[in-house]
Amino acid sequence: MKRTMALAALAAALACGSAQAQQINVKIGVLTDMSSLYADLAGPGSVEAAKLAVEDFAKTNPNVKVEIISADHQNKPDVATNIANEWYDRDGVDMIVDVPNSGVALAVNEVARAKGKVFIDSGAASSDLTGPKCNATTVHWTYDTWMLANGTGKAIVKTGGDTWFFLTADYAFGHALERDTAAVVKANGGKVLGAVRHPLNTSDFSSFLLQAQASKAKVIGLANAGGDTINSIKQAAEFGIVSGGQSLAGLLVFASDVNALGLQTAQGLVLTNTFYWDANDQTRAWTKRWQKARPGKVPTMVQAGVYAGTLHYLKAVAALKSKDNGKAVVDEMKKLPTDDALFGKGTVRVDGRVIHPAYLYEVKKPSESKGPGDFYKLRATIPADEAFRPLKDGGCPLANG
Amino acid sequence: MFTIFGIPSAALFGQLLIGLINGSFYALLSLGLAVIFGMLNIINFAHGAQYMLGAVAAFLLLQWTGIGYWPALIIAPLIVGAFGIVIERTLLQWLYKLDHLYGLLLTFGVALIVEGIARNYLGSAGLPYVLPDSLRGGQNLGFMFLPNYRAWVIGVSLVICFGTWFAIERTRLGAYLRAATENPTLVRAFGINVPVMITLTYGFGVALAAFAGVMAAPIYNVSPQMGSELIIVVFAVVVIGGMGSILGAILTGFGLGVIEGLTKVFFPEASNTVIFVIMAIVLLVRPAGLFGRRA
Repeated sequence: MKRTMALAALAAALACGSAQAQQINVKIGVLTDMSSLYADLAGPGSVEAAKLAVEDFAKTNPNVKVEIISADHQNKPDVATNIANEWYDRDGVDMIVDVPNSGVALAVNEVARAKGKVFIDSGAASSDLTGPKCNATTVHWTYDTWMLANGTGKAIVKTGGDTWFFLTADYAFGHALERDTAAVVKANGGKVLGAVRHPLNTSDFSSFLLQAQASKAKVIGLANAGGDTINSIKQAAEFGIVSGGQSLAGLLVFASDVNALGLQTAQGLVLTNTFYWDANDQTRAWTKRWQKARPGKVPTMVQAGVYAGTLHYLKAVAALKSKDNGKAVVDEMKKLPTDDALFGKGTVRVDGRVIHPAYLYEVKKPSESKGPGDFYKLRATIPADEAFRPLKDGGCPLANG
Repeated sequence: MFTIFGIPSAALFGQLLIGLINGSFYALLSLGLAVIFGMLNIINFAHGAQYMLGAVAAFLLLQWTGIGYWPALIIAPLIVGAFGIVIERTLLQWLYKLDHLYGLLLTFGVALIVEGIARNYLGSAGLPYVLPDSLRGGQNLGFMFLPNYRAWVIGVSLVICFGTWFAIERTRLGAYLRAATENPTLVRAFGINVPVMITLTYGFGVALAAFAGVMAAPIYNVSPQMGSELIIVVFAVVVIGGMGSILGAILTGFGLGVIEGLTKVFFPEASNTVIFVIMAIVLLVRPAGLFGRRA
């Protein structure tokens, strides 16, 4: 009897011990632009998206406790590197998510590589993150320059827009976007008639638009972002570019940009996104929850990507029952198919690229829009296997091993 | 058609005109700055934020009360000008006896606070503001398509610039003002209320910035950072023209607009640096600026 009691006690102690081992505490850091030009397309909205992911995950996984912290990287690679180092080393952060701005993202990518910690990028565009600079603990969600160029560029050339002129932001991102798009245009039988490189944060584009007009190109490709894109589109409307028969191709346009332009100005613009809040019942339901914290705002694909990336990361941790080895967690993420309410089903490829469909949208006319946020009509769906750069073309060393 | 440096002449004329139009924007903005410095000796670093407030006020008027572009051209500068008067009365008036640096630092702080508040409530992406219907469309000039709105901008800017120059340099009120800057005690002895005059002058300078903001709203992205992107260029314009010289600010504004426009054709990558190169050269050759009165 005595022995049985002792055994029972031992068994209870063991059970208790294993229950404790199952309790995992995860800390996630949302590193984003909280106060400057990307604060609307990422920023506080990304933090909210990460919180929703944790909320949804906790329903089925009470044994994983998740804490979320956030910081402003100020669009400075050095600031971001410092924060990432502190977070990984001192504050016990297991995973960094979001990081808009390609320059900053590439810097954080190196920190993650050096420390073997998980980095899930949603906000940055550079396809180098899963190309030459790819890293075994980095996952790139949402979009990249190759996918934007391929989606918008191909669709426009195929519908007759076969001569192009580029307005390009004069820095790494703009050059990459122009290069990728020009390649797609040429591969599909189109011609590039010229390009003009404008400084970042230009307020007046009239001179450049006049040069684009004089080129007689059918399509003016905007290889820029944010305020530069908004200013070029606003002024193109003023200069009668579209009514004169040329069309604009916004190569990187977020829902927040369309909101800033208004449909009156943005109508007819063709763009590629991987998420639109009004796509189906699930995205609408999610948006409603998100808007409780961000009233009056429209979620962007970047914020959606933060949600989906965080959720998939947590699923991998739960499946692995451990968070400690960053590479093992990311390997698990690559093994598990992705499945969430916003992007549907997909996969994480060996180079860290998340593969899901992309959508070609056209901005509605004001008369077609039923209310605030009713921006797009779907023109085409680009299937997952065509939406992103083929693995072999990326130059990622992980693809060979 | 003939070509100049490989550029067709028609395109070049178009670019010159565009340069003049942009120059008229610079003139309008640097005018307020020159008035405030010339009359108050304050380096108004909040000018960009006040320009932004003008554009944002136009947006909010439209959004909340349905007040359109035309009334906003008057109402927004009045509101922002009143805000400027409050700042002058509560903060700036204590700094007139101190070094210029104090005014600069104070207004810089005000600019940061105002921009931060705007970003907090309005976000950073931008706010939609469409062209008024009556100024839509444009004229085909043969060598270029001139939007009606740009023609309106250049016209208004010329009128405002000339009006302000005339009021300060050629009227009795302007003479009082200039005298009050030179020797406030003496002017007060003649029974003129100098502090009120100074306050109103600051309010007027701020209202000019807000006016430029409303003019910019239909064609530029209305966002909290729109002012800080422009203010540095405008400061360069004022420095080149000669701090405090109103005529200098106006002429330099137009001139630099043209130079910047041409740079956008021949070497677009340098278009945002060319103004500063010119500023450096001017400061080396004529430290007081092209039209500066004080050495």
